[in-house]
Amino acid sequence: MSNIPANLKYVASHEWVRKDEDGLYTVGITDHAQELLGDIVFVQLPEAGASVEAHGEIGVVESVKAASDLYSPVSGEVVAVNEALNGNEGVINSDPYGEGWMIRVKLSDAAEFDGLLDADAYKAVCDAE
Amino acid sequence: MGHRTPFYELHVAAGAKIVDFGGWDMPLHYGSQLDEHHIVRRDAGLFDVSHMTIVDVEGPDAKAYLRKLLTHDVAKLTVPGKALYSGMLNEAGGVIDDLITYYLTETFYRVVVNASTREKDLAWLAKVAEGFNVKVQHRADFAMLAVQGPKARELAMSVLTPGQAAIAASLSAFFGADAEGWFVARTGYTGEDGFEIMMPLPEVESFWHKLLAAGVRPCGLGARDTLRLEAGMNLYGNEMDETISPLEANMGWTVTWEPSDRDFIGRKALEAQKAAGIQRKLVGLVLEERGVLRGHMKVVIEGIGEGETTSGGFSPTLQQGIALARVPKDCGDRALVEIRGKLMPVKVVKANFVRFGKSVLA
Repeated sequence: MSNIPANLKYVASHEWVRKDEDGLYTVGITDHAQELLGDIVFVQLPEAGASVEAHGEIGVVESVKAASDLYSPVSGEVVAVNEALNGNEGVINSDPYGEGWMIRVKLSDAAEFDGLLDADAYKAVCDAE
Repeated sequence: MGHRTPFYELHVAAGAKIVDFGGWDMPLHYGSQLDEHHIVRRDAGLFDVSHMTIVDVEGPDAKAYLRKLLTHDVAKLTVPGKALYSGMLNEAGGVIDDLITYYLTETFYRVVVNASTREKDLAWLAKVAEGFNVKVQHRADFAMLAVQGPKARELAMSVLTPGQAAIAASLSAFFGADAEGWFVARTGYTGEDGFEIMMPLPEVESFWHKLLAAGVRPCGLGARDTLRLEAGMNLYGNEMDETISPLEANMGWTVTWEPSDRDFIGRKALEAQKAAGIQRKLVGLVLEERGVLRGHMKVVIEGIGEGETTSGGFSPTLQQGIALARVPKDCGDRALVEIRGKLMPVKVVKANFVRFGKSVLA
């Protein structure tokens, strides 16, 4: 059974969002997503400064098995990208909610976060797959 | 439910993720495909290859039959146990399968063909056998494990009987031998040293446990595919099939043209292709930027034409995207591959990336 932390919000395309104390939002892919993909070997992420839109394609995650598009769960501006993933993509598998984070976003509308799926709703999405 | 090998329950108990492979329920990995890949490059891993089809060819016409059936001339084989890689063609010169033939005696050969092609291969073997005094027998009474990696031979020999281990120790590369009713061959599909071991079905469980206890780790089809890709080895159905000539699939070396009166199946078609000129070749590609190549990507060779990747992936050893690709024969050392609509530069190399744990790229 995959891990779905209760303190995060989710979207059905298997990304998670965390509200941080500094008012920014951190985004990554879920434990369920990394499990489906298998060993991740490459990620392509937007650059800092890029603007992203909810449900918009922002990059790609490639595993030994397949390539999977990455979608932004929120709208806003990318303020940081996890450069440490480059060449060390395995941390997305081993620590998807920690070291495996992907981007940090400044939301254009903070209310957007409240409308995302909570852990129970996301679990229902995974169970239905 | 697909076919299952005698090791199926052992795979499940070892935590395998089971997938369908050509109608067989086989282990994809036992946790991490990447870890399993590295284990084989650095230590020793085992693969269940019992889904492959072992066929004994026995009788006074065994040699004449195989000289008709195969592109590579088994008459080259004169030392008992010597193995030969060959194509088996249809009349049009397309590849029905690739296979290994072991020469045991003048009247007894052992052939190993692929899993996904079993039914059509057995039918073809039987059809071509008509008119030859030969018995073609599927050895379903054997299971087979490949033990591969720099420590594979040492660890495998440590769990064979002393008599079997002595026979295994004596094998040169690409030789096999009967070992007390088992068959041990120094062959594989990874670019590493090791053995392929055929054993009677009742021995399966105890031998598996002995290998694991000796430190050999089970590895799945995922790692097997990236290992063979790094080694530049063809996978039937990807690099070649019944519509592809061996001369466009790096298998030209497996076609024995002399003596010119050896009328192997497909010979006339291959001669016509040669006379008309071979238009394509199979090469290796290395992606210059970070990323992953996959099969069926478009390859663009500026000023020359286009080709297509036949297999691709991320090389865990090189930490780069690599692929095999069929391209126009005049392709030089540079090309572009279309990845998600974008043309990315690749280096064109021989179809061989890694041997014995090390990069062979210049």
